[in-house]
Amino acid sequence: MAKARKPNVDRREFLKTATAGAAAVVGAPLATRAGEARPRDGGVSSLRNASAPVPRIPKDAPPADSANVEVLTVDHPGSDFMVDAFKAIGFEYLCSNPGNSFRSLHESFINYGNNKDPEFITCCHEEAAVGMAHGYFKIEGKPLLVLLHGTVGVQHAAMAIYDAYCDRVPLVAVLGNFANAATRASFVNWTHAAQDPVALIRDFVKWDDQPVTLQDFAESAMRAYKVAMTPPTMPVALVADSDLQQRALPDSAKLQIPKVTVPEPPQGDTGSVAETARLLVAAENPVIVADRAARTPAGLARIIELAEVLQAPVVDRNGRMNFPTRHPLNQTERSRQTLSSADVILGLELTDFFGVVHGYEGEVETRAQSIIKPDAKLISINSNDLFLKSNYQDFERYQAVDVAMAADAEATLPSLIEAVKMQVNDDRKRAFQDRGAKLAAAHQQAPEQDREAACAGWDASPISTARLSAELWEQIKGEDWSLVTNCQFVSHWPLRLWSFDKHYQYIGAEGGYGVGYNAPASIGAALANRKYGRLTVSIQNDGDFMFSPGVLWTAAHHKIPILIIMHNNRAYHQEVMEVQRMANQHQRGITRAGIGTTLVDPTIDYSKLAQSMGVYAQGPVSDPKDLAAAIQQAIAVVKRGEPALVDVLTQPR
Amino acid sequence: MILVDRHSLQRNTRWAFSGLLLVSAALASPLARAQATSMANTKSDSVAAGNVERGKKLFVTNGCYQCHGYAAQGGVGPKLGPDPLPYSFVQQYVRHPTGTMPPYTEKVIGDHDLLDIYAFLKSLPQPPKAKDVPLLRP
Repeated sequence: MAKARKPNVDRREFLKTATAGAAAVVGAPLATRAGEARPRDGGVSSLRNASAPVPRIPKDAPPADSANVEVLTVDHPGSDFMVDAFKAIGFEYLCSNPGNSFRSLHESFINYGNNKDPEFITCCHEEAAVGMAHGYFKIEGKPLLVLLHGTVGVQHAAMAIYDAYCDRVPLVAVLGNFANAATRASFVNWTHAAQDPVALIRDFVKWDDQPVTLQDFAESAMRAYKVAMTPPTMPVALVADSDLQQRALPDSAKLQIPKVTVPEPPQGDTGSVAETARLLVAAENPVIVADRAARTPAGLARIIELAEVLQAPVVDRNGRMNFPTRHPLNQTERSRQTLSSADVILGLELTDFFGVVHGYEGEVETRAQSIIKPDAKLISINSNDLFLKSNYQDFERYQAVDVAMAADAEATLPSLIEAVKMQVNDDRKRAFQDRGAKLAAAHQQAPEQDREAACAGWDASPISTARLSAELWEQIKGEDWSLVTNCQFVSHWPLRLWSFDKHYQYIGAEGGYGVGYNAPASIGAALANRKYGRLTVSIQNDGDFMFSPGVLWTAAHHKIPILIIMHNNRAYHQEVMEVQRMANQHQRGITRAGIGTTLVDPTIDYSKLAQSMGVYAQGPVSDPKDLAAAIQQAIAVVKRGEPALVDVLTQPR
Repeated sequence: MILVDRHSLQRNTRWAFSGLLLVSAALASPLARAQATSMANTKSDSVAAGNVERGKKLFVTNGCYQCHGYAAQGGVGPKLGPDPLPYSFVQQYVRHPTGTMPPYTEKVIGDHDLLDIYAFLKSLPQPPKAKDVPLLRP
């Protein structure tokens, strides 16, 4: 301890001494402070104690000397370089809930990086952060960056990452970690540190790395992006160690950021393409089945071209927007009849080829039964065959096929279309035209039947999902709209009543069927749609919404326009039916299936919930006659650039 | 009531429709319809005696609404009313369903309750025709 100065000192000497003394006090280990025991939290709470005493200059404080003054600032931390690397990739946004394991990176993004490209999107839950990235990609075709706090943040995000993995959606997750035990400053940092932070999610990320140096980090970031974006596209994870972020940049002249080059998606081999073309041209009843085939708008155009060249029916499994709903070759609503008469079936990026060609029966024991002709030829073009993991069983049941191409369907279609055109002669062309005419006539039946079916329960309260969909369509059909939620929980009424013909008008479902996807994914999709001026529409399930309601605040804060129609059936309705089924099987308590599955008593006021987070909202609407006005008013808000919610009391499905 | 697991919802919705469509198809022939009508008429007194209000409540408490909607308009399962299939067929199907509908044995829903539900289905008003609904015009 240094000696105290004499009382009569000039101002300069006083300030120098005061500075040295204060540094000596603040920098000293807490255990050396007389009379004080080391706090259990490592001193974190004392640092935040507003009534802590002003540090005193000890009597034996050393004289002012730069060698003894602890360095308290870092002008250019390693995280600045990390930001440079991410900017070189070109992320538009990053989604995150803040965490101290990446505090330096966070600060570098918002200050050094000027909070632009990427812009920090504040999320109230890590699941929402990943969900937003999931929805964003399916509109924009570019992945987002997600920052996750080590351990607990990753745990929160895990389900959403699994959904993205199953849905073949790429994102780059950066995990903060405290690798060096010697520099963990609090017990909190210990509980938020792991030897292997990615272990929890490794089964459902495509690739991961823990870079040791900044140069390593830059190269790893480029590889991460490249791997994520090469089909089958999937999430990847990169660990950003806290010390690596916070320490000063070494000689920056020696650090380089390599460019990233994403390979072209793999195409099917020429032999298989030729054989596929031969089978399709020769077939009397070929069928094209598409699931996640149209990765981009180009994919939609190519599927249309192939179908029209062949005059072949298309069954859309709706993993993406694969085929226009009003196209005369769209036979999705006649899929069973279409597939059962097929002699050649071409599957494009099918999640579940087995499920396409089989039905299931049996109450206690489920049995699969083929629905196709025994001699039907099956052809698969699927990038999933290039990359599979074992633990999680999202790859579905094995289906034997006659031609298998481990390739990206969208990328393979141009060569397939050319091969088909080369093989079509006049005779086949005439046969195709006959086939097309019959398919067009058959296609006309479905919309007519759907319109009649929609009339059932037309004026019912709770409001039928058909009525809801029809009212909504009336208000949006003249806009450049984009439906960003899947339709299965409203009995597919939008797909049955509306006219879909653009890639961004439908983006499919969760992938892994993890509940809680819709709300954040729809906000993420709306974020992507914003710059195009599109009207983003979400038909939001109430149960799904309650997993991450904070996304409404994110939408309000970041001014993300979206029209949210709450499909308020007051239940986790799928599970109501599952429990009901068990009660029926067990022949007991069939009136009790609502226990543990319904959201009643009290019912949730989504309108008030939304308003509490700064979102315009009205409802609940229970009279179908009130829907039009409510939706119109909400659309007016959305057109001003803000989110709006209309709570609608609905039939179960 | 027709249940589907989340994974197979899309394909099994069509299965569910197919199940009842098969039944409907079986009735399509004039002879089959005559036979069905005859069977229904032999129980016409019991059918007529069903209590509509009680049937409406039972339709909800027994979970029928979950797949068929509160107004029996359909959803996961097909539309049930108005103009339900003849009671004898409904009774047979409810006890021994095909497709994805779970069974409702007599132990869980007796014939008396089923008759009340049937009366409720018969009481439902006719929906409008699509051509008369402006929102549904092509």
